[in-house]
Amino acid sequence: MLKVLFFARVREQLGCASLDYDWPEGGLDLDALQARLCAERGDSWCEVLGQDNIIRAVNQVVAMDNRVLCDGDEVAFFPPVTGG
Amino acid sequence: MAGPAQPPRITVKVQQQDFDVGQLQAALLSGAAAEGAVTTFTGYVRRDNESRAVEVLELEHYPGMTEASIEAIALQAATRWPLLAASVVHRVGALSPGDQIVWVGVASTHREAAFSACEFIMDYLKTRAPFWKKEYCEGSEHWVSARRSDSARADRWKQG
Repeated sequence: MLKVLFFARVREQLGCASLDYDWPEGGLDLDALQARLCAERGDSWCEVLGQDNIIRAVNQVVAMDNRVLCDGDEVAFFPPVTGG
Repeated sequence: MAGPAQPPRITVKVQQQDFDVGQLQAALLSGAAAEGAVTTFTGYVRRDNESRAVEVLELEHYPGMTEASIEAIALQAATRWPLLAASVVHRVGALSPGDQIVWVGVASTHREAAFSACEFIMDYLKTRAPFWKKEYCEGSEHWVSARRSDSARADRWKQG
């Protein structure tokens, strides 16, 4: 099982703060997870997750590139940060 | 520049409640840190942003990652300058114009290191720590966009 989190504008656009994603046989990488969410949840998810500036984090560390995921990982999608 | 023999004391707090900068500076200076120089930065909520009058500023964050990323930024500062202590407090939730939002305090044996590290921490916090601001003004609400100028400020540190 993966824990998938969405924050800020991404959370609002999807109408979803978090979901549990069943760990598939054969494993998954970050790009594949994003493609599956897009395929399984429809156009609006494709549009939101496909935005150029979306940031992805795995286990609370920003992932600049695609990477292999492990069962139990926490994945997050969010827009550019604006704190301070 | 080599770091001091003792690892710096680093504290990070993300909280809803307001903070007292005097108390924070006293806490930063407790123990072995009261030596040389302290630089602090306090950020306040703007009264207007891009010509809109802000009524409420709401801050969302990613619990866990926020604290870890700020700590990583402070540790990175400590590898570049000889720091005795660094402390960051950042508020979340609903804030009003004029409210304190963030505080950074850095103690070092020398002022140059304290100034630079404080600025480095703020610049990296703004571009790396997972906080998001939403403004409520005149009956509408919108997410604040990330600014190129903030990224450019953070990028300056890559040269040194």
